[in-house]
Amino acid sequence: MSGYAADVAALARKDLLLELRSRDTLPAMLLFVVSALTVFHFALPSGSSARAETGLLWIAIIFTALLGLARAFAAEREEGALDGLVLAPCDRSAIWLGKTIGVTAFLVLAEAVALPAFALFFHPLSWELVAAVALADLGIAAIGTLLAAMAAASRARELILPLMFLPLVIPVVIGGVGASVSANPGSFLGFLGLYDAVFAILCWASFEYVVTE
Amino acid sequence: MSTSLRNNAVLAGVLLLPLGVLLGAFWIPEAKGDPAFRIFYLHVPIALTAYGCFGVGAWKALRLLWKGERRYDLESYTAIHMGVIFGLLTLVTGSIWAKYAWGTWWSWGERQLVLFLILFLFYSSYFMLRYSTDPGPRRERNSAVYALFGVTLIPVSFLAIRIAGTILHPTVFTHEGPQMTWEIFTIFLISFAGMLALAATLYRVELAGKRIDASLRELRELLA
Repeated sequence: MSGYAADVAALARKDLLLELRSRDTLPAMLLFVVSALTVFHFALPSGSSARAETGLLWIAIIFTALLGLARAFAAEREEGALDGLVLAPCDRSAIWLGKTIGVTAFLVLAEAVALPAFALFFHPLSWELVAAVALADLGIAAIGTLLAAMAAASRARELILPLMFLPLVIPVVIGGVGASVSANPGSFLGFLGLYDAVFAILCWASFEYVVTE
Repeated sequence: MSTSLRNNAVLAGVLLLPLGVLLGAFWIPEAKGDPAFRIFYLHVPIALTAYGCFGVGAWKALRLLWKGERRYDLESYTAIHMGVIFGLLTLVTGSIWAKYAWGTWWSWGERQLVLFLILFLFYSSYFMLRYSTDPGPRRERNSAVYALFGVTLIPVSFLAIRIAGTILHPTVFTHEGPQMTWEIFTIFLISFAGMLALAATLYRVELAGKRIDASLRELRELLA
């Protein structure tokens, strides 16, 4: 394995290992997403369409992601580990990539519970929905990780992350909901892929500026 | 910008903008009927100017990251500040236009308005980010990266709203604007030039104010 990939793998492994030992974030995300789906059942008047239910699932996903992202740099900040990581002789973008892989893993695990729960509570899933969720996860994790690093440097932290995050993921919601409910999901899935690629490149290139003093 | 050029920008704004608006109000060829269309000469130049401000803000942000010169921070911030003001004006004038053309203050089918709402929310958070981070190189770079996200978000959101078009929010109202004749185009260009000159003037004034503020703060810290 080349140097860069090894760095990324080590950083992602560190995050997953930390979560495995402390169980800080993932149980909270799981509990939150199931609670949110339960609340949505009562928020929807009887006779609401399946399309409305699908739309609410996307809200649940976005907010669950926010919950996880707010904690993404918590360990680094509390223990001052981010300075150490920035000083380490590796490319700074590797920190972003490792963290993004960790966040994506959390999201996928949360959805592994959320999607079956949604199918149980509301209506069966289509393959387009699952594909859209998978694509959306990548974009959400990429952008969310960078914004979480920005928010970690500010005083408002948890307060400011949703404010920056929500306008940026509106295109993800449009693409995701479109792919889930439209007759030709192909263009929406393509759009989600494009979104992931564009913002992943931008985050990868700009992360260095966000973490260095 | 030299003093004479700056004065010219002020003069151009003072002369061209009212000229464009007046021409738009009174010299519209009769055949083009629709009276609500007159706000076109205000709304569209404002919207394009807002895009221009966001573009300049991102360009200065890129220069900051590239060259590391700290003066670009204030320039980027000021341009985005202007962009948010013009963006808000776009929402207001667009809303007025929608009311008179279609009888509703807000329409999700009007793509430009929806896009400006997203951008307005996004760039409002720019100020939140800026004011909750301690002044210093970190804040400058975070703001710059955020500004770059903004110009990326513009085409991406535009595309998203476009492909969403009929599926999410059916387009109830179509933009059956009058065809662009040379008269309309000329008035539009006059208005647009006036609006750009106005934005440039505001930008210079605001930037000068912010620079004085910054130097004053430095001076105070030195004295304290």
